[in-house]
Amino acid sequence: MNDVNEKAANFMTSDKSTVKAHAINMESLGRNRVEQSIHDEDITLTVDKLDLYYGEKQALFDVNMVIPRKKVTAFIGPSGCGKSTLLRCFNRMNDLVDSCRVDGGISLDGSNIYDKRVDVATLRRRVGMVFQKPNPFPKSIYENVAYGLRIQGINKKRVLDEVVERSLRGAALWDEVKDRLHDNALGMSGGQQQRLVIARTIAVEPEVLLLDEPASALDPISTLKIEELIYELKDKYTIVIVTHNMQQAARVSDYTAFMYMGKLIEFDNTDILFTNPSNKQTEDYITGRYG
Amino acid sequence: MSLHDDNKQGFIEWCKRGEPMIWMNAAAVTVSTLAVIGLLMLLAVRGFGHFWPAAVMQAQYALPGEASVTVLAERVESEAVPIEQLLSAGFKIETDDAFVDRELVKLGNRDVSGADFKWVISRYLNDISYPEDAVVIERREWGNFYGYLQAVKEQGQVVASLDDGRAWEEFQTRVIRANEIHEQIKKIEKKDIGAINYRLEKLRLKSRGLELNTSMAEGRREQIQADLAAERAELDAQYKVMQSELADLYRQWHRDSFTMKTASGQIKDQRISTVVQAYQPNSMNFAQKIGFYFTKFGEFLTDEPREANTEGGIFPAIFGTVIMVLIMSVLVTPFGVVAAVYLREYAKQGVMTRIVRIAVNNLAGVPSIVYGVFGLGFFIYFLGSEMDKAFFPEALPAPTFGTPGLLWASVTLALLTLPVVIVATEEGLARIPRNLREGSLALGATKAETLWRVVLPMASPAMMTGLILAVARAAGEVAPLMLVGVVKLAPSLPVDGNFPYFHLDQKFMHLGFHIYDVGFQSPNVEAARPLVYATALLLVVIIALLNLSAVALRNHLREKYKSLEM
Repeated sequence: MNDVNEKAANFMTSDKSTVKAHAINMESLGRNRVEQSIHDEDITLTVDKLDLYYGEKQALFDVNMVIPRKKVTAFIGPSGCGKSTLLRCFNRMNDLVDSCRVDGGISLDGSNIYDKRVDVATLRRRVGMVFQKPNPFPKSIYENVAYGLRIQGINKKRVLDEVVERSLRGAALWDEVKDRLHDNALGMSGGQQQRLVIARTIAVEPEVLLLDEPASALDPISTLKIEELIYELKDKYTIVIVTHNMQQAARVSDYTAFMYMGKLIEFDNTDILFTNPSNKQTEDYITGRYG
Repeated sequence: MSLHDDNKQGFIEWCKRGEPMIWMNAAAVTVSTLAVIGLLMLLAVRGFGHFWPAAVMQAQYALPGEASVTVLAERVESEAVPIEQLLSAGFKIETDDAFVDRELVKLGNRDVSGADFKWVISRYLNDISYPEDAVVIERREWGNFYGYLQAVKEQGQVVASLDDGRAWEEFQTRVIRANEIHEQIKKIEKKDIGAINYRLEKLRLKSRGLELNTSMAEGRREQIQADLAAERAELDAQYKVMQSELADLYRQWHRDSFTMKTASGQIKDQRISTVVQAYQPNSMNFAQKIGFYFTKFGEFLTDEPREANTEGGIFPAIFGTVIMVLIMSVLVTPFGVVAAVYLREYAKQGVMTRIVRIAVNNLAGVPSIVYGVFGLGFFIYFLGSEMDKAFFPEALPAPTFGTPGLLWASVTLALLTLPVVIVATEEGLARIPRNLREGSLALGATKAETLWRVVLPMASPAMMTGLILAVARAAGEVAPLMLVGVVKLAPSLPVDGNFPYFHLDQKFMHLGFHIYDVGFQSPNVEAARPLVYATALLLVVIIALLNLSAVALRNHLREKYKSLEM
């Protein structure tokens, strides 16, 4: 185990010399191999020695990593490995769990988000989140998108109209719903609902988008649309995505973190992680030997 | 293996298939349904027959060894009684039958003969006929009068009599005229003079308040007192005008009189102003009877009670019931919802919250009369009298809120139904999916904003469910009300045209108490019994209506927030 930790801590200097067997053929996914290093990236979020406990039980062990700006970072790993828990630390969603306790820190653009003086609502406005199951409010499509703005006290119709249209266009949903903006959002399909939730999230113009298995409850076509959307959104937002689907991680992400049993095992450029993982556990996972 | 298993037959197998359970369930449902239908049918049949214009029977009634008397009466009901019972009551009846039929007849004419109901033995009724010209007169006092119209008089002079054949028509037009005048009198007395009295009382309180106010400069006080006196003088002058107008109306009202002959031949002169309505049931055809029935029923719903609640309508009781339930709802819903929100959303879920929750649930099981006692002791004697000292010192020693009234009745019932609303709302809050709350929080909403914009609207159907249960319980509650504000007869409605329009300090009438009062406290039980049934049915209908409107509202909300069912 000590060996594992060491390797996880040393992900930035991982050995790339040996090409190992890999399950994902990167070229077949239409990607050009870009072996850019994390060292060259502009960093948005920094995780520093993060431990997280639910009551007595420790769920995250000494996690250290960085999230690059305007890139897609994917978290992969078997169920229960702590990848969603880590994601929910970025906008302090774990605060909602009474027994949850966090040691260590996460900083957003250099300031610690677990500082006592931090206003959680403001943090969450800057770090938006989309959940696994589409969760539109039982309101109209328009009101769903306008929700975040109304909370900020913006009620001018002209402003709201503009933001709603821009956000729905941004989420590639505008053409499908422009004639029924005032229908109940619950009448939409699952894929549309998920894109509506994304539109709702980008309406408040966050810096970071956290996507917690955003496509796992959707059919393949809707999944494809969401993936295309992620690809477009990374021009403007820093995106962190948790996924069960390694193909998906390989398709959409620039960087990938593999987690196992609450520990970060390996974090690297997606191409490198999937083609030449430096850790045995990573290799076992991506070649399908467990998980 | 064959699909037809001939061994799987017989009683044991039948039981194994669960058939007895299904039959038992069906039987339970059937019994419940029949009980409800039976209850409503009984109330409807017993109550609503009362408004039908019953035929009036004339007969000779001669008990053996006694002189024959003529009776003119409505038949009410008949039954068979054991002969011993009658013999021991002193009747001399020669028969071998074990049972003898007897019937209850309504003779009316309480002022002439003393009792208006009488049991007669059917076999001694002879020469039964239904004379066309028998008249039933509903009077403002003394109950119905049965007899034959002889003459109509104006200022003591006969203007129409049996001989010229116009007596009945003349009588009817004069009854209508008298009733119109009566309407005017009522309007002046209740509305105009009522308003003047109300303002005079306000002036008196104001002037008394000035006397109590020691901090005011003497000159200024005298100035205001003078103003008040001027205002009072003006009101007094108005009152005098009204008085003379009234006196004039009363003179006109009492102008006409009529002469009736009873079945036994007595002649009786009465004023037409005593008549509410006169009709000849034996000469009415079916359509007329239907019309009469609905007019009577309408009066029952919209009129005020007369004669110790045994005649007339029950409108004040309907109004009181509905307004009390509405005020109760307005009080209990926000309070219960706020309490439930704290318990479920903010309070730390631990032993203390569990204890509070158990206490709340147990409150629902406390007998309602206990709430009545609490309301009387705490709300009225403590809170009410403190309020009087603080806000209405000028009215003391007469209490304003330190006495039973609409407000305290509503508050007491709100307290009584609070647990229901809390429990229902809590369950509703618990059912809101976690991911919707997270969705709102993730957009930068605070917990309060999330509650207000997402959680509470979605929990509103559950709140409505709580309110429905609360209304159902409150509308039928009588025992605590007897302590905290319901009276047998309230002189005025708690809502009227006098500022501030809502008089929460007033006492009020209630259908449930009305049933009790009419059924058990009335001087004329026989006359009132149908009214008890009719009022009971009406109470059930009103509760059902209140509930149905709440259910409709809840279904609308459910439709709006149906994501919960996903």
